[in-house]
Amino acid sequence: MSFGSQMPTCDEQHLGELLNALPPAPDAWVRAAKEIPQMQERLDGIVERAEEDDAFRRKVVADPAAALEAADVAAHADTVEILRRKLDK
Amino acid sequence: MRAELTDAQLVARCREGDHEAWNELVERFSRYVYAISVQAFKLPEYDAEDVFQEVFARAYEHLHKLRDDDAIRPWLAQLTRRLCIDRLRAGAHEQPEEALDAPEIDDTIGRLDEALTVHDALAILPDNCRDILDRFFARDESYRAIGEALELPSGTIASRISRCLAKLRLELAGRNPEAAAS
Repeated sequence: MSFGSQMPTCDEQHLGELLNALPPAPDAWVRAAKEIPQMQERLDGIVERAEEDDAFRRKVVADPAAALEAADVAAHADTVEILRRKLDK
Repeated sequence: MRAELTDAQLVARCREGDHEAWNELVERFSRYVYAISVQAFKLPEYDAEDVFQEVFARAYEHLHKLRDDDAIRPWLAQLTRRLCIDRLRAGAHEQPEEALDAPEIDDTIGRLDEALTVHDALAILPDNCRDILDRFFARDESYRAIGEALELPSGTIASRISRCLAKLRLELAGRNPEAAAS
């Protein structure tokens, strides 16, 4: 944990205002972000299979969202983009 | 649980594939990333959600490129800023370029940076203080709701908040003697 250069002045009202400035992000967003490592593993699995199987690769390139759904990964636009980037590497 | 880890230690553990460390990293910075997108850039929730997920996805993917592990906070702020700007540029409503680089955005991010420092200091306080301050200030819960959740008489909530704020103030003052003296 770092206490960086932006060290607040120690007025209690100001502290209250600063605490108020950081409400929690929605729970579902935080949960989804925590699952990113598992999601990346599933994406790597798709890419590995695509490298070994041309027909599967064509299918993934044609419809990446369907490939993601089949691997139990929610096909958000950014996830599709990550999969495309991994396939292009 | 891992609040005692420095940012750099946390990043190092994430890089080693420690999923629990990743969970802690998301917990530690989720409010900051969220606040930058909705307060500094005023993104609607549906855009903010995409930016939020993309920030953490890219952070996970590129963590090994971070040169200084202690710089995770400014790195995430910069990444969030860039993705918010991309989102606004790509949006249906065209933004004047100068609106994307307005001084108010820097001011808000500066304030959020200060707020994150205060929020980090909360982690060092006893659980009861951390909980009551977070509920009252960050979650905007009423005295009644706090009293019910923490099984406390609502008449004691205000004084507890005041005592806990004083502890927080001392905690921060210990790190910043000049401000304490002012």
